[in-house]
Amino acid sequence: MTNYIIRRLFSCVLLVILVSMVIFMLIRMLPGDPIDLLLPREDMIGLTAEQLQAHMDALRAEHGLDRPLPIQFGYWFINMLQGDFGRSIVRGFEVGPELANRMAVTLFLGSLAFIFSIVFGILLGTISAIRRGKWVDTVATAIANIGITAPAFLIAILLIYVFGFRLRLLPIFGYHLPWRGDFVQSIRQTILPVFVLALSPMALTARQTRSSVLDVLNQDHVRTAWAKGGRERAVIFRHVLKNALTPVITLQGNNVRLIFGGSAIIESIFVIPGVGRLLVDSMLSADYPVVQAIAVVLTLITVIANLIVDLLYGWVDPRIQYS
Amino acid sequence: MSDLTKNLDHVDNTEEFEVLEEAALPKVDEFKRFVRVFFRRKIVTFSFCLLIIIVLVAVFADFVAPHGFNEHNLRYTLQPPSAEFLLGTDGLGRCLLSRIIYGSRIALLVGIAAVAIAATIGTVIGLIAGFSEGIVGGFIMRVTDAVISIPPLVLMLLIATIIGAGVPGVIIAVGVATFPGYVRLIYGQVLTVKQNDYITASRAMGDTKARIIFKHILPNCISPLIVMMTMMIGTSIMIEAGLSFLGIGIVPPTPAWGSMTRDGYQHLASMPLLSIAPGIAIVILVFACNMVGDGIRDALDPKLRGSLD
Repeated sequence: MTNYIIRRLFSCVLLVILVSMVIFMLIRMLPGDPIDLLLPREDMIGLTAEQLQAHMDALRAEHGLDRPLPIQFGYWFINMLQGDFGRSIVRGFEVGPELANRMAVTLFLGSLAFIFSIVFGILLGTISAIRRGKWVDTVATAIANIGITAPAFLIAILLIYVFGFRLRLLPIFGYHLPWRGDFVQSIRQTILPVFVLALSPMALTARQTRSSVLDVLNQDHVRTAWAKGGRERAVIFRHVLKNALTPVITLQGNNVRLIFGGSAIIESIFVIPGVGRLLVDSMLSADYPVVQAIAVVLTLITVIANLIVDLLYGWVDPRIQYS
Repeated sequence: MSDLTKNLDHVDNTEEFEVLEEAALPKVDEFKRFVRVFFRRKIVTFSFCLLIIIVLVAVFADFVAPHGFNEHNLRYTLQPPSAEFLLGTDGLGRCLLSRIIYGSRIALLVGIAAVAIAATIGTVIGLIAGFSEGIVGGFIMRVTDAVISIPPLVLMLLIATIIGAGVPGVIIAVGVATFPGYVRLIYGQVLTVKQNDYITASRAMGDTKARIIFKHILPNCISPLIVMMTMMIGTSIMIEAGLSFLGIGIVPPTPAWGSMTRDGYQHLASMPLLSIAPGIAIVILVFACNMVGDGIRDALDPKLRGSLD
């Protein structure tokens, strides 16, 4: 087991290097040259074509974009290991500190949403499987269906319309962390984004839990457990849920991606200063260093989530062996 | 050992076994049974009709829509619903209803094509990975991990940009971004099924890997695969809508529901219908797809047969 973890950690490091290399190369294929955006219009007036070219080359050299790609990658990667993520080409800020600030916001909201989704997802799914066809099942399935069928931005817009414009109960944009400034205001700002972020993963978890609990309920060992006179709680937790959780756990790696991928949309709608919004903005302006840094950090999160998922497999299903 | 094999060969070649099997089991009309179970739930029947209607509307959009999807009329911008414009008009004076009707084409196309691409790639890779021992399986799963680990938004935008933005780019981007999910699902399922005794028995009888995969493992993967695919048709439509909503998917004037919601959001306080109506259209289509998939699952699942038949 320890061996397995060490080997997996090692391959995780390789994975992050590989992914950052691929992203580094692919990003250079994005349309648009950040140097174009950087060049002030006034500077271009009255310049000949050669002077303009020279000016752009100088800017390119200043940002290290004139060197061969592998060299650029090498410098960037080594600097990053030393904690230097470089500077934004388009907007000039230091990427490292800016990223740390924004990551705190995205991670905070994302983790809250993840915990919320997993607890209520498994709860809803299990209850509706056990009471299959009863009204509890109907209600739980309806909630799950709303979460699966309604896109996050629609839910967000509806909630903004109802709670923001009509009832004027909750703020409709802006965000700061609870420990930085007005605590109550921060909590009010947290409610809508976390709810919207959690809804779809919660629904997916509930649906998968229901379907695999139904599968397990029909198996012989569960009938034996009932026949032995096991109490409902014991049968469900010890015999059904533990066996039904493998596909549910598989889903969680995906849900982590879903939450952090969805953060771009949620942060755009609620005007939250997080990583997702920064990613989209930098992507559209082809701001290489920012996109690269965010991609690596998000990759790191998903790699760790996947490792945890794989380790959990062995915990819930001892038939799967690590070798 | 060789004696045993010979004996088994001998037994295997006797025709009695096959004759017995054929005669003992009365032939069940699988299709009739499927239809009967499928239409048992009212909500499934309703969703099935809904889906048929949406498909028909998408196919005959030219005849159904009262206006063209890009018919500007600057004298009628931001009109409330009226007899002429049933859902009102947007900031460029285009009929909202007509744009939603034409948008159904884009949504259906992206949803079905992206799932087809992702499920095919994912299932084949998942089966190979789950069934090959050691290095090959491990290698495939590490590559899948790599694809899974790239932030989906980054990956999808990069692919869409390389192929060229627009509908085909978005389809392939969504397909490539979602296939690792299928690989992991099938891989996990194969690992579990492989532990069963009948696989060992089948192997002991000298069945080829291909036969074991198609006869035993694939049928065990079908039910979760269908549940996943139905989830993913809706999810693909929503990913496309999300990309379009962010302004990096299908861009105007092509009538994609996501970008319509984005455009309408500016007028949320005065004309909420502009952003909410296209969103509701997404919900209706995704709901219909999911319910029909649910019905298919109930009708296909062999474990539920006893209770439903």
